[in-house]
Amino acid sequence: MTGRWRDLGWAGLGLVALLLVAVVDARPAIRDFIMFAMAYGLLAMSLNLLIGYTGLVSFGHAMFFASGAYAFGLAMQSGHFSVPAAFVFAIALTAALALVVGAICVRLNEIYFAFLTLAFQMLLYNLILGWVSFTGGDQGLMGGIPRPKFLGIDLADRLQLYVFCSVAFVICMVIMRQIVTSPFGYTLRLIRDNQDRAAFLGVDVVRVKLVCFVISACIASVGGILLALFVSGAYPNFAFWTTSGESIFMIMLGGSRVFLGPLLGTIILRVLNDVTVVYTSHTELVLGIVILIFVLGLRKGVLDLIADRIETREQQKAFSQRDAADAGKAS
Amino acid sequence: MEIDALARCFGTASCLVTQLTSGLIIGMLLFLIASGVTLIFGVLNIINFAHGSLYMAGAYAAWTLYQVTGSYFLSAAGAAAVVGILGVLFERLLMSRVYGSNVLMQLLVCYAVVLICDDLVKILWGPSYLSMGMPKEFRLPPYRIFGGVVPPFYLFMIVTAMAIGIVLWLVITRTRFGKIVRAAAINGPMVSALGIRVNLYYAAVFGLGSALAGVAGALAAPVRSLTPGMGFSILIESFIVTVIGGMGSIGGAFLASIILGMTRAFGSVGFPLFVDGVMFLMMALVLIFKPSGLFGRAQG
Repeated sequence: MTGRWRDLGWAGLGLVALLLVAVVDARPAIRDFIMFAMAYGLLAMSLNLLIGYTGLVSFGHAMFFASGAYAFGLAMQSGHFSVPAAFVFAIALTAALALVVGAICVRLNEIYFAFLTLAFQMLLYNLILGWVSFTGGDQGLMGGIPRPKFLGIDLADRLQLYVFCSVAFVICMVIMRQIVTSPFGYTLRLIRDNQDRAAFLGVDVVRVKLVCFVISACIASVGGILLALFVSGAYPNFAFWTTSGESIFMIMLGGSRVFLGPLLGTIILRVLNDVTVVYTSHTELVLGIVILIFVLGLRKGVLDLIADRIETREQQKAFSQRDAADAGKAS
Repeated sequence: MEIDALARCFGTASCLVTQLTSGLIIGMLLFLIASGVTLIFGVLNIINFAHGSLYMAGAYAAWTLYQVTGSYFLSAAGAAAVVGILGVLFERLLMSRVYGSNVLMQLLVCYAVVLICDDLVKILWGPSYLSMGMPKEFRLPPYRIFGGVVPPFYLFMIVTAMAIGIVLWLVITRTRFGKIVRAAAINGPMVSALGIRVNLYYAAVFGLGSALAGVAGALAAPVRSLTPGMGFSILIESFIVTVIGGMGSIGGAFLASIILGMTRAFGSVGFPLFVDGVMFLMMALVLIFKPSGLFGRAQG
C-alpha cells in the first residue's frame, strides 16, 4: 500500500512539475517539445509493457498510435462526437483492432511475432494511403480537427490543451505503473522469463499476453490522440514502420528494465533529433549510426546502466561490510 | 468492385496472357527475395529485416553499372556480386555480433542498416526517382502469344528466376555445401564440433541470400522505378510469402510467390482496393490453420 501512495505522490509531483514549466517558462518551443515527448513517450512506455515486461518484441506498435489518432480525428470531423466521447471511441476502436491482431499474433514465436506485427502495421499504412476519400491519403487528415468546448475546457487554447494533455499523460503513466507493480505485472515478467513455467503454474499464457497486448495498444492510442490534438491532424507516417522502429530504439536507449527508461529514451531521442536537424538534413544516417553505437557498443539503455552500477556498488558495500564484520570477529 | 472486369479478363485469351505474365514477373521477383529471407532464416535463425535494402542496393548497383558498361548482362552479374559482398560484410561486421542476444537487438541493427542505406542512396544517387529504361539487349519487338503482348525482357526475367531457383534447389539438396548448410540449420554447434568452420558457412549463406536479393534488384531495375525506400514494401510481401510457404522452405517460397504474384496481377483487375487485404487474409488463414506454412518445418 505504501508503494502505491508513493507512486501516486511521484505522479502528482510530476504533474505539478509539468504544469509549472508551462507557467514559469511560457516559450512555445519548450511546451511543444514537452507535448511531443508526452505523445511519443506514451508510445514507447506502452510498447515497453510488451517488450520489457512480457518479452513480446512488437515491430508494429505504431499502428495503434495511428489508429488512435485517425479514429479520434475522424470522429471529431464527423461532428457527432464531443471530445471525451471521441476519446473513448478512439480507444475502443484501437482495442478492437488490437484484439484481432493480437489474437492472430500472440500465439506465435518471437520472430514471427515481430514481423507479423510489422506486416499488419504496413497493412494499416497502405489502407490509410489508399483510402484517400476517407483518410486524405498521403496528405493526412485535412482541414484540422475541430475541438468544441466541453465541461468548460477549451482545447483550442494552447495552455488548456497543454494542461489537458499533461493530465491524460500522467493518468496513463499511473495506470502503467499500477499494472507493472500488480500481480498481473509479475505474471507478465514470469512469462517473459519462462513461458513454460508460467503455463505449468496454471497461467493462461495466451490470454495474459493478449490482455497485455490490448492494454498496451490502448495506451499507445492515447499517445496518438494527444499528438492528433496537438498537431490538429493525423498523418500516414504515424503508421509507418519507422515510427515503430524509433519507439523500439527509445526503449533500448533509455533502458527497458527501469520503469521510466523508455520515457528518458524518448526525451534523449527527441533532443538528438532536434539537434541533428540543425546541422544536417541526413538525420536518418545519423540516427542509424547512433543506433549501431548503442546496440553494438553499450548494449544497454542509460537507466539500465545506472541501475546496474548502483546494484554492483550496493553489492560491494555489502561485501565490504561483511568483510569488516569478519575482521572484527577474527581480532 | 470490378469483378465483372475480372470475369471478362478470364474470358479473353489476350488479357489472360498479359495478366499471367505480369503475375509471373511479380512472383519471380518475390521468389528471389523471399528465398533469400527464408534461406537466411532457415540456417541462421534470424530474420533479416534489412533484406529489402539489399534488393534496393542491387537495383541501384545495376543502374550504375549499366550506365558505365552499357551491357545489361554484365551489370546484372556485377550487381549480384556487389550485393553478395555487401551481405557478407553486413553479416560479419554487424549481425554476427548480435546472434546470441535477443530479437530486439537484431531488429535494431537491421533498422539502423535500413536507415543508413536509404540515406546513403539519397546522398549517392539523389532522392528522386531513377529509371533504367529497357536495356538495349531487349529492345526487340514483343512476342504475341494468343493475342497477348509479352515483352522479351519479361520472358528473360521469368526464365532467369526459375533457373536460379532450380540451381539453388540443386545446390541445397545435392551438393556437399548444401548438406553442410542443412546440417548447420539443424544443429550448428554439432557441425562445428565435426571440424567444419560453421561461421564461414553462415557468412556464405548470408552472402548467397544477399546475392539473390541483388539479382532481384537488377531484374527489377528495367521495369520498376528506383527510389530510396523501394525495398521496404517488397520486404513485407516477401515476408508474407515466407509465412505462407513455410519458413526455411525454398519450394514453399516458390509456390507462395506465384500465388501472391497472381493475386496481385488479377487482383489489380478485379479488386484493386483490396489486393493487400486479400494477401493478408491468405496469410492469416495459413497462420490459423497451418502455422508452419504450406511446406514449412514445425515452428514453436
